Amino acid sequence: MTETLTNWGPYIALAITFAVTYGWRALGVALSGRIRTDSPIFEWVTCVAYALLAGLIARMIVLPLGSLAETPMIDRLSAALLALAVFLLTRKNLFLGVFSGFACLVLLTWGRAGFAFG
Amino acid sequence: MPARPLTHTRAFAHGFRDGLSVPGFVLISSFLGFGALIRQSEFTLFQGLLSTATGWALPAQIAMVELYTAGASFLVIALAVALTNVRLLPMTVVLMPILRSRSTPRWVPYVIVHWLAITGWAQALRVCPELPRPVRISYFMGFSMVLWPGAMLGTMLGYYLAGSVPLAISLGLVFLNPIYFMLVFASDLRIKTRVWALCLGALLGPVLHLYLPDMSLLVTGLVAGSLAFVIGGGLSRKKQSAS
Repeated sequence: MTETLTNWGPYIALAITFAVTYGWRALGVALSGRIRTDSPIFEWVTCVAYALLAGLIARMIVLPLGSLAETPMIDRLSAALLALAVFLLTRKNLFLGVFSGFACLVLLTWGRAGFAFG
Repeated sequence: MPARPLTHTRAFAHGFRDGLSVPGFVLISSFLGFGALIRQSEFTLFQGLLSTATGWALPAQIAMVELYTAGASFLVIALAVALTNVRLLPMTVVLMPILRSRSTPRWVPYVIVHWLAITGWAQALRVCPELPRPVRISYFMGFSMVLWPGAMLGTMLGYYLAGSVPLAISLGLVFLNPIYFMLVFASDLRIKTRVWALCLGALLGPVLHLYLPDMSLLVTGLVAGSLAFVIGGGLSRKKQSAS
């Protein structure tokens, strides 16, 4: 992306992210040794964070924003499912799982560009 | 581990060596995808590196870039980052009493806590209890000082790779982001409420995105997360532990 003069938006987003993130860490230091972390409130907070991230991950696969949007959804879903299958079949080998998802999407994209059978 | 007494320098070196192994390698590769994502966003490489240096928690970094690119307001970005990263609070509460000693100056934990993220946290939780208390922070910082610059290197590599390899490969690099986190979550499915949260969130996220593009992540997190907490028995467990 070319920058026209200075676009301050990204810097504001970065500053907000830093402030909010460091805020949680610092609060954790201040509270350490004083509160229990196995209480239901923390389990609820974890559930909210998990659901939010799962929603983001699913959206990035099903409805991606950038150039990934030009790949067919079936390709992205196949690659994601293959990654999951390889991961579970290799006793949760993260590297092999991620790599097979990556390779599957690359090969499918190449295949479609080369043979135009899509 | 050396039999000689551990100095701060040696504990730091010990942590540094441990960082140059599998967890460090996996973490650094996961930032390749983030660099590729930066390339196709409105962020510059410098801003991407700044994000890795100051945010130091990849899921929220990705959420921030995705939301900003989708045109979300700063308030929505702040709330989404807050909900994504609130897990750092209990993580810190658990780890700090292990890391600090009686002689640790009061301000030191507030500085080193910036490098507390999942990989370093899991490592310190495993290794530090076996180390003498005064050098535990040095070990943690040694480990972090591999991961932190490594992640910036990964961000930079991903950014340049995405711009110089064929389009299919650069698409694959961007695709690393959701795939990596999908598998990280799939590796820990022991707690029922969290499995519900993942499934409901994954279903609700894309659907809500069509109707509420701006607020969809927040609503997904709160609705699917709370529902999962209730379905999975989070409330009844409270009663059990209270009785």
